[in-house]
Amino acid sequence: MTMTTVPSGDGHLALLPAGATLRITDLEGNQAADTLLYDAADLDNRYSAVDTVREQAAAYLTTGSALLSTDLDVLATITADTVGRHDTLGGACSQESNVIRYGLHTRHQHACRETFLRWGAPVGIGARQLTHNINFFMNVPLTEDGGLTFADGLSGPGQYVELTAAREVYVLISNCPQLNNPCNGWNPTPIGVTVS
Amino acid sequence: MTTTKVEHEVPGGAAWSLRVRPGREVRFSALGPGANCSLLLLTPDGDRLNVPDTLKAQMSARITPPMVLMSDRGVGLASVTGSSLDWHDAVCGHSTDRHVTERSSYQEHRNDRRISARAGLLSELRKRGFDRADLHATVNLFSKAAIDDAGRLSHVPKHCAADDWVALRTEVELVLVMSTAPHPLDPSWKPAGVRVAVTDAPPDEASRLFRPESGRALDAAAQALA
Repeated sequence: MTMTTVPSGDGHLALLPAGATLRITDLEGNQAADTLLYDAADLDNRYSAVDTVREQAAAYLTTGSALLSTDLDVLATITADTVGRHDTLGGACSQESNVIRYGLHTRHQHACRETFLRWGAPVGIGARQLTHNINFFMNVPLTEDGGLTFADGLSGPGQYVELTAAREVYVLISNCPQLNNPCNGWNPTPIGVTVS
Repeated sequence: MTTTKVEHEVPGGAAWSLRVRPGREVRFSALGPGANCSLLLLTPDGDRLNVPDTLKAQMSARITPPMVLMSDRGVGLASVTGSSLDWHDAVCGHSTDRHVTERSSYQEHRNDRRISARAGLLSELRKRGFDRADLHATVNLFSKAAIDDAGRLSHVPKHCAADDWVALRTEVELVLVMSTAPHPLDPSWKPAGVRVAVTDAPPDEASRLFRPESGRALDAAAQALA
């Protein structure tokens, strides 16, 4: 059970057998780990943020959350979480959405979508297969009056989350390179990935 | 006077799709109380409405005027130019066969059989060369799911009355794919129909001026095809 260190701005793809557990550790704290899951036998049966949120009537993810697919199958369950809640409605950064949010000068900055495409390509995960992701260690509160805010991360050094696969799944991770907002504490840092 | 290009009444619990040029107004009107219209936007070359990017760029947990609906590729696909309602849900997905609990068959019920939003959307997507891989989050026009401080979601009944409406302006050429099956958190099956009318869009700057992010998404729409 060795930990793979994923440097800031880099990615990771794990093929997780049914019953295996993958731990993501926020090694230095306040680091977003953008994550997607796919049924290894059917890539279009992929993690679905809105189906996951609705079926559990809960906007945030934590221990016990079932991570559902578009076909409403359980792909994995969160079996440990030292942080308390994680976002799944804020999406991943892309060069194009950075332009919208921060201006044209960010068009050529590194972004999560670049990482997803690079690490997903060898197993057939392309742009069409990318979908609304999980942002582990990110805190994006929704408000009763319909607002959405990016709050300070709840995570710190050594905090972790664990997913246990309910079937064979690909877990595609982008260690978020975002420099333009506090989702990585303005300083992207490495994460650890451990499979057991 | 603007001329109506297309007008169609989608019955409750049905699915429909249409292709619309840029610069049109697409007006959705509820034909009865409790309507829901689960809507996907795509471009003919496969760009798609991206709800998380739309919400976070405009710091909103709902769809409301004058927000711009943004795509995977950072393009403002459509502007929400007006609505009689201040909240259209976008975080609950759409109904699947599992929510259409009372089984009904064509043999027994003919065209009154119940069809989930998923089944209807997939049928319309597939007719146009799209498929399961293109199932993104829908906007559920006319529906509201309330959010409390702990992030719990609950369907708000009677949010929509007859004649409630919402209007979009297309910013690029779009394929609109929709189902009028009930909202997935609505326990009843009383789907109301929705009238869809396409006309020339009147000039409107509210979306461009809403936020710098909204304006930049509209700049990207203007430059999506050089």
